[in-house]
Amino acid sequence: MEDPEQIAVTTSLPKPAALRESRATASDTPGAPVFDTRNVSCYYGSFRAVTDVSLTIHENDITAFIGPSGCGKTTVLRTLNRMNDLVEGARVEGDVEYRGASLYAPGVSPTAVRRRIGMVFQKPNPFPKSIYDNVAYGPRINGERKKDKLDEIVEHSLRQAALWDEVKNRLNKSGLGLSGGQAQRLCIARTLAVEPDVVLMDEPCSALDPIATGKIEDLMREIKSRYTIVIVTHNMQQATRVSDRTAFYSVLRDEENDTRTGVLVEYGRTQQIFEDPHDPRTQAYVTGRVG
Amino acid sequence: MSALDAEPQQIDLREPAGWRRTKSRIMTSLMVLSFVVVIIPLGFVLYTVIAKGASVVGWSFWTSGTIPPNTSPLGLGGIGPAIIGTIEIVALASAMAVPLGVLGAIYINEYGGRGVLARIVRFMADVMTGVPSIVMGLFIFSIWVLHFGTNGFSGLAGAFALGCLMLPIVIRSSEEMLKLVPNALREGSYALGATKARVTVTVVLPAALGGIVSGALLAIARAAGETAPLLFTILGVQSLNWNVFHGATTALPLLIFSNASSPYVGAEGRGWGAALTLIAIAFILMITARLVTARFARYAR
Repeated sequence: MEDPEQIAVTTSLPKPAALRESRATASDTPGAPVFDTRNVSCYYGSFRAVTDVSLTIHENDITAFIGPSGCGKTTVLRTLNRMNDLVEGARVEGDVEYRGASLYAPGVSPTAVRRRIGMVFQKPNPFPKSIYDNVAYGPRINGERKKDKLDEIVEHSLRQAALWDEVKNRLNKSGLGLSGGQAQRLCIARTLAVEPDVVLMDEPCSALDPIATGKIEDLMREIKSRYTIVIVTHNMQQATRVSDRTAFYSVLRDEENDTRTGVLVEYGRTQQIFEDPHDPRTQAYVTGRVG
Repeated sequence: MSALDAEPQQIDLREPAGWRRTKSRIMTSLMVLSFVVVIIPLGFVLYTVIAKGASVVGWSFWTSGTIPPNTSPLGLGGIGPAIIGTIEIVALASAMAVPLGVLGAIYINEYGGRGVLARIVRFMADVMTGVPSIVMGLFIFSIWVLHFGTNGFSGLAGAFALGCLMLPIVIRSSEEMLKLVPNALREGSYALGATKARVTVTVVLPAALGGIVSGALLAIARAAGETAPLLFTILGVQSLNWNVFHGATTALPLLIFSNASSPYVGAEGRGWGAALTLIAIAFILMITARLVTARFARYAR
């Protein structure tokens, strides 16, 4: 297990400035850019969680963020819909553009941002309401009051999330009574019900068994023609199974000051990242020698 | 390696013998004992009140007017004015303290964060919890009752005093309940584009409702049984006063106090009857509120 070569790889990381040069750009004709981040650094208080991330996420792609724990992939994901605003002391430097508009410009409403850019969390978090009310929650806060319209949205969203057949006879039962996989699909249905442009997923399958995971992966492939999806995952097989592009993040340790920060090491088509990684750290990680 | 060579032996998965096992037994017995110690006074109080009060209470007892404590025999007079007074005053006090307290808790927990104002409110609520109830009565007496002279005594003044007593209990118990709402629920709501107010009203409050109602009930039950704050605020009269906003009135705890402290058999009996009635009112209140919250908390599981 303790391969000396691997240790050498982790400890001799180049500085972030050099990293940006090594960033691979995807070769095939990509969709329109949805997110464009330029030199984004995120701080929690004085701790710099992630440094100088620059990448472009394309329309109708499934983009996977992979990397070891603490590398900042979830932090980057949460800056994409301003969820980190809710964390006290969180701060973003650099520019995050969403379809040409800066997400962190003054006057931008996080609420308006999140209506377009939805999020599915690591642990299924259905509200303590009925299944129906869980899905209708988003449309209702957006002002939809008509019963027949809501019925239609609820059915459509649950069908998209491949949950309709399992719950159609108990729509007014509690959302908390569902199994883990069902609850996660309910959360996906809830997110789709507001018709977002982008769906961010933060390790959506880490609490689920392989069968439930398979269902969610099928569902992602099913809906990718209508949404842009960004998924954080610890499961490299999952990244290869579902994603079009993969971003590999790593931890950069500064031995002098005893600090660490997350960096984007390599970004490109999933196949290239896994089969022909340009960076030795990516190679060490995807072949399972590190992390 | 040496473990493999050793003789296979019976595995003992029990608590290790000796002091540790003894300690476990001692602590278990202590816990059972403290439960019994807590239950005994409760059972004894209930038994005594029911035994002495059951023969007194009845429809005519609840509806008849109050008679002076020294009038005997038992069987004459009732506690009608005091029941009306208690219900009116406690309802008014709750109407003031519960909404204010819940809003205060929402401010502290959802909006104030670690800000200065939130910390001040939280600290003041703690201080207020420790203020003796008679001081609350005197406080209202000096700033409200005295201000209006002899007309100052009223159900409203009593409700102010009880409200001051309830407010910190409601704030702190509601705050604890709001703290228990998982952050994941708030984030789920934010991620759908909800505003902070929307998150609070549609997700946080419903999730905490059961606990908030329990806390409010404790406060109400506590207030309903208070005598001291009412002594200086509603005066305690014999006659019925429907108007909670004007004129001296009476309440069950005051009536129990005056009857129990008089030496006549009839008065004593009426005191026990009133005590039983007060317990019954608190009990009915608890049951009702439980049913109401059960309806709201249908989806909690």
